[in-house]
Amino acid sequence: MPQLSCRDVSLGYDGKTIVSGLTFDVNKGDYLCIVGDNGSGKSTLMKTILRLQTPLSGKIETGDGVAPNEIGYLLQQTAAQKDFPATVLEVVLSGLLNRAGMRPFYSKTEKQTANENMETLGISHIAKKCYRELSGGQQQRVLLARALCATRKIILMDEPAAGLDPGASIEMYTLIKNLNDSGVTVIMISHDIIASVKYASHILHIGREKTLFFGTTEDYLKTDIGKLYTHTGGDTV
Amino acid sequence: MTEIFDTIVLAFDFTMVRYAMIVGVLIAMCSSLLGVTLVLKRFSFIGDGLSHVAFGAMAIAAAMNLTNNILFVLPVTMVCAVLLLRTGQNSKIKGDAAIAMISVSALATGYLVMNVFATTTNLAGDVCTILFGSTTILTLTNIDVWVSVILSLSVVTVFTMFYHKIFAVTFDEDFATATGNKAKLYNLILAIVIAVVIVLAMRLVGALLITALVIFPAISAMRVFKSFRSVTIWSVIISVKCAAIGMLASIVLETPVGATIVAVNIIVFGLFSFIGLLRRMI
Repeated sequence: MPQLSCRDVSLGYDGKTIVSGLTFDVNKGDYLCIVGDNGSGKSTLMKTILRLQTPLSGKIETGDGVAPNEIGYLLQQTAAQKDFPATVLEVVLSGLLNRAGMRPFYSKTEKQTANENMETLGISHIAKKCYRELSGGQQQRVLLARALCATRKIILMDEPAAGLDPGASIEMYTLIKNLNDSGVTVIMISHDIIASVKYASHILHIGREKTLFFGTTEDYLKTDIGKLYTHTGGDTV
Repeated sequence: MTEIFDTIVLAFDFTMVRYAMIVGVLIAMCSSLLGVTLVLKRFSFIGDGLSHVAFGAMAIAAAMNLTNNILFVLPVTMVCAVLLLRTGQNSKIKGDAAIAMISVSALATGYLVMNVFATTTNLAGDVCTILFGSTTILTLTNIDVWVSVILSLSVVTVFTMFYHKIFAVTFDEDFATATGNKAKLYNLILAIVIAVVIVLAMRLVGALLITALVIFPAISAMRVFKSFRSVTIWSVIISVKCAAIGMLASIVLETPVGATIVAVNIIVFGLFSFIGLLRRMI
């Protein structure tokens, strides 16, 4: 059974359909990249998977031991977060809130988990630093550490390398790949199609109103649309 | 110098001044606790809107000749707080417009009711008192003090119990929701606590100046401090000190209490901005 399955899902808002007929599965350990033009509904799909929005029709289900609230995510940060007075540790700890339940404070084990995740992402040395004073790459790592605190099963990301300089963005992709290798399922929206086919195991290509491709990266590269978008052959635009 | 000291000592001989100090410090503490979250959530004006609602409710309570108007004012303000925090997300009327609408409607209704059902001859004085809180703090009864103490302590308790949850919904509400937290419940609790703080603070500085009491300590602390915890703790320290200094100054200078406290807050904000600037330059 897949960790996440979408069956004939239609997305949109205010009664307008953006995309319909989305059907795909995500299994444990997959690295799925969702690609497509602006306005094709990638971010809406993300929000729907996170249950921040409901689909117009169709079904999104989780399985294989994953509860619907065990999906962590890393979205592009909001304007409010950019000047938020908080230390790295405070932000990372907030990912553990769902474990604390009604308990007002974090336990030792929870603090330990936060420390381990900061260690994994190489941000332990800046734990006491102020979040808003970090570089873009460091901020993304902090948010990723928070996501890992919330769950180690599936992590959704929306353009994790957006706005990072080339060096930092390669580091970010390597970090994500390492996490994926350690068993974390990754679902990522990306504009960077070259990086997507390099790291992802599966590709979901959404076009205007319908799915253009879903399958393994290997198969994607053989299709016309795959060739077109990666410039590895076929006619250029 | 001794003259000023003598004036203060003399003032403290009066029970009402001691009451005023206790209540003032407690209110300053509560309002600043909430201020950090409100500023960061971009809800600075909610305090202003709610204080106008409380003004309207007070006017109606006065017209109905209620002996203890807090029993009417508090629930009305709470309901409006919940409604206002809700509209922030997705509604036809955007958050800031909703706040503006509710606050002017309440203000107008309140003033109308006060005029139509005038119970005193000094209407202008009454309105001025509610809006600027000039002398209300010095006319507190025993019951008023106890109500203030109990409400303030509950605000502090709730805030401490939900501290990490409030941080999470302030920093990233969507993340909190998506990872299985009851963000809506925490927002609701926040709204109720805000309403309590507003109704309390109205006695100290009056309806028009509450925003200053809520916002200034938080933004002053944010100039200098960098973690959520230190900002929260320092905004409480700043707020309590400003309130105490403001109240003492108002006794010595014979100025209106609310306005004096706000003036002290403005000066402290300038000071902290300067310290923050220096820190960044070094």
